[in-house]
Amino acid sequence: MTPDTLGLTAEGCVALLDAGDVSCVELVDAYLARIEQQDGDLNCYLRTRADAAREEAARFDREGRSGLQGVPIALKDILCVRGEETTAGSRILEGHRPLYDAGVVTRVRAAGLIPLGKTNMDEFAMGSSTEHSAFGTTHNPWDARMVPGGSSGGSAAAVAAGLAPLALGTDTGGSIRQPAALCGVVGMKPTYGAVSRHGLIAFGSSLDQIGPFALTVRDAALALQVIAGRDHCDSTSVELPEPIAVPEGDDLGGVTIGVPTDLLAQGVEPGVREAFDRSLEHVQHLGASVREITLPTAVHALPAYYLIAPAEASANLARFDGVRYGLRLEESGDTVAEMYGRTRSSGFGAEVKRRIMLGTYVLSAGYYDAYYGTAQRVRTLIRREFDQAFADVDLIATPASPTVAFPIGERIDDPWAMYACDLLTVPVNLAGLPGISLPCGLSDGLPVGLQLIGSAFSENRILAAAHALEGAIGFDPVPAAMRGAG
Amino acid sequence: MAISSDDVLHVARLANLSLSDDEVARMSEQLSGILGHVDALAALDLEGVPPTAHALEVENVTRPDRARPSWPRDEVLANAPAAQDGAFRVPPTS
Repeated sequence: MTPDTLGLTAEGCVALLDAGDVSCVELVDAYLARIEQQDGDLNCYLRTRADAAREEAARFDREGRSGLQGVPIALKDILCVRGEETTAGSRILEGHRPLYDAGVVTRVRAAGLIPLGKTNMDEFAMGSSTEHSAFGTTHNPWDARMVPGGSSGGSAAAVAAGLAPLALGTDTGGSIRQPAALCGVVGMKPTYGAVSRHGLIAFGSSLDQIGPFALTVRDAALALQVIAGRDHCDSTSVELPEPIAVPEGDDLGGVTIGVPTDLLAQGVEPGVREAFDRSLEHVQHLGASVREITLPTAVHALPAYYLIAPAEASANLARFDGVRYGLRLEESGDTVAEMYGRTRSSGFGAEVKRRIMLGTYVLSAGYYDAYYGTAQRVRTLIRREFDQAFADVDLIATPASPTVAFPIGERIDDPWAMYACDLLTVPVNLAGLPGISLPCGLSDGLPVGLQLIGSAFSENRILAAAHALEGAIGFDPVPAAMRGAG
Repeated sequence: MAISSDDVLHVARLANLSLSDDEVARMSEQLSGILGHVDALAALDLEGVPPTAHALEVENVTRPDRARPSWPRDEVLANAPAAQDGAFRVPPTS
């Protein structure tokens, strides 16, 4: 039997495999066939690993399987896989074959999930549309003229288009939640430290966190169960205070949800606001109370983030110099410094160079306190504000993105307009908190994402509320444009 | 805050980037624009507020100091654009 992968959840895959309706090889083949058919237009994957995936599937068919074993997954190309090309969407790493698996890749393999391939992304995760990939943009499965969001746009679009039931992405300032919102899927950024960053090609080390994309909240919880936990190779990773639970309940009795009115006044488009307000009605029908709150400093999170993240990036990206891996450009008579400059100027794209320049500037002598120091103090105030808010409310709700998916090309020449996509997501990274985006409706035929934010390590509370809301909202994650498209 | 072409060239040198004349002009305009948005932070009262480097404080994480094998040299050098005599080869430093 060849299953239809469009709209097929990870739990659906497990049911098919458990019942013996499909073999692991048939399941992997069904996804690979759909990728073959659809991905020429969508460009979700930078490369697939068809032979390796089939081999891993065949082993489960031969030797038996249980649980999530045999379920396919897509990996953002910023996650190192031993011996398999990993580029972070950059020319400077073309052909780079890591010596080791990322911590999450080790866990994915241990759980028996089968990686189908590596997904497209903004170069080094810097962007909100996937247009900054060195290997062409990804198209939104809901409307191919639109961006899928970013930077994990390939992972989000792959799950929406039925090209993988699960995917991993990374979120430094919204790079899981915003593309999840724009593609109509569930995306979760865990608490900083909940998931190992070992083998994640670093962008902003105090902000980066790996998380899952899925069609349902329960699937996202299953994937998070696989990847969460301490890894001795990342000293900032910790064991969760309680294991991730797959949510089951369908009410929100006794839950208080805060709505930050000042943050929402910052330019949320009307269609997004309407869908958001409708989900607040669902929240109340499910028995939760909604309370208005203020986060006066979080309103300033965007400029603080665009000082801190580029500063960290400028240091992290110093390692790409044409010596140990990736591209080298050298002309005869070059000194090593000339070779560095030639390699980096040609190997990095415009946005990455912009962020390296910005980060280097704000860390340079004479400007450090005025820019970087100020941003770090603003970060403290934002953390305190969230702490105070969570003394009164259990969760905070906002839209995940101020807009729905926008046309490809619209913001590419206006850096600040692109950065403004992250308005509602960056405060969460600065405070190190967990957040989820789940689809809550359509505006002009394009998905709107609802963001739920919790206190540190409240993943289970977020997942439980998101699951209850998901049932009440009843969003169909299959893009209208894809129905009947094979 | 306006970023001049000279500022851009100075920072590019610090960052090991060689920018074309076009890039220098564009960078000067775009960085000035971005930092213009950042200037709003100057209005906040940050007196006595300590900086945050990491959102969650984890301190002094150690593990037993036991020797383990490192990466095989051949595998490491296989990713390098140029290697010689078991080492990374680079152009002269000056």
